[in-house]
Amino acid sequence: MKKNPVARLGDTGLYVLTDLGRMAIYLMYAFRGTFRRPFRWKEVVLQINFIGAGSLIVIFFTALSTGMVLGLQGYYSLSKFGAEGMLGSAVALTLIMELGPVLTALMVAGRVGSAMCAEIGIMRISEQIDALDCLAIDPFRYFISPKFLAMLISLPLLTAVFDVVGIIGGYIAGVGLMGVSPGSYIQGMQTSVTNHDIQLGVIKSFVFALLVVWICSARGYFVGEIRGAGFGAKSVSRVTTQAVVFSSISVLVFDYLLTAVLL
Amino acid sequence: MTAAIEFKKVVKSFTRKDDGIQYILNGVDFSIPAGKTTVIAGGSGQGKSVTLKLILGLMQVDSGRIFVHGQDVTGVRGKNLEQLRTEFGVLFQGSALFDSLTVFENVALPLRERTQKSEEEIREQVMSTLAQFELTGHDEKYPAQLSGGMQKRVGLARAMQLKPSIMLFDEPTTGLDPVMSQEIYHLFARTKAEFGFTSIIVSHDIPKIFNLADQVILLQNGEVDIFGSPEEIQWSEKPYIQEFVKKTMGDIYQSHLVE
Repeated sequence: MKKNPVARLGDTGLYVLTDLGRMAIYLMYAFRGTFRRPFRWKEVVLQINFIGAGSLIVIFFTALSTGMVLGLQGYYSLSKFGAEGMLGSAVALTLIMELGPVLTALMVAGRVGSAMCAEIGIMRISEQIDALDCLAIDPFRYFISPKFLAMLISLPLLTAVFDVVGIIGGYIAGVGLMGVSPGSYIQGMQTSVTNHDIQLGVIKSFVFALLVVWICSARGYFVGEIRGAGFGAKSVSRVTTQAVVFSSISVLVFDYLLTAVLL
Repeated sequence: MTAAIEFKKVVKSFTRKDDGIQYILNGVDFSIPAGKTTVIAGGSGQGKSVTLKLILGLMQVDSGRIFVHGQDVTGVRGKNLEQLRTEFGVLFQGSALFDSLTVFENVALPLRERTQKSEEEIREQVMSTLAQFELTGHDEKYPAQLSGGMQKRVGLARAMQLKPSIMLFDEPTTGLDPVMSQEIYHLFARTKAEFGFTSIIVSHDIPKIFNLADQVILLQNGEVDIFGSPEEIQWSEKPYIQEFVKKTMGDIYQSHLVE
């Protein structure tokens, strides 16, 4: 029997509430897993290698092209007011406070979050997570909490790399191609970037790291309980897509909220 | 005889897509004696796997109580649940081996995570178990490089590492050819004789299972329809049981009828 729209709305509301509750409990278990012993430091190192070192090339090219575009666009806009000397300041502030944390998080969500979600989803549907439970091994301590910790370490570091490479990209475009004075590029950057700006970028990168690892790993973990995901390989594929979309949107929404609150 | 596991008026239901409630288990009572082999049989969707998950604490009952070795374990959580699970070994339907770990690492995992043994002691125990399960020389292989039968053997070897008092087998021969199935049953019989655990088997492969079972629980429409020896099930006069046994036992059943 087809449900009326009010009933369908109620169903969706209940589902969203259940899902949020499930996600909150998952986050709590993930944090608790970090404090349970013996903690798997080796797994953390492997994950840092996968998330951090493995993403370096992607981050390098994204940062370089973003910085160079900012250099060109910034020069074009600032030259209209005769303020080319402010290029270093504009590029650095944009990258440190905004584009560095956001683009790094989006790239990592696409590259690592999807892989993480698919890996955990496959472990769930092939009963590997049930097997861990039945061996009295806490799956959170064993492999989920190390992913959280590795992401919280790697993403801020990747963001720092992004910022530095992006600023160099801006320098290449602004100074090397458009003829802005090297001194004014660096001087402008030094005088305008404050500790508060850097703190904002660091806070953002920690929050984004948490959002990406939380949403992507939890979607995989709950693959059998996600409405409309179906079963088997298809469910993993759908949930992986959903994880990347949700985490990317969350990063953008929280970017606005954090900017509004902390700026 | 002491009971290893007891179900007392256990109810477990699921919400269907049309918002109706489907009772998978509806007030189920049974007792599984220690040291014996109990087969849980029934058609698809009759609650066999749900029963296993309830025993293992992977699902929670709606109402009723579950006892393990006389201790009420209904709704147990956290560390107590972890402790309870050390009593159990499970052979999953699809073996559930960790696909990124080698055979050796899979079998060693419970020892590394749940005991204080040194790496040398673990190696010694794992290699001895692998030899016992005829897996010598395969320790460096990954699960994807093994046949279905070998994966089951690795799964059983892993489950036996902490010497559980209760072994649960979820469709142990699903997806295996008759030769492999026979091999798994021999392995089961040999392992049970050696370790003397209580075993609970969920299986559709009734003819072979009947040879191993001390008692059979037949689930139907959320209730225990028959609870007795294999012979009692085999010669039940209930039409649907005759049909079920005939369908699953085929020629063996027919030959009994002729006799």
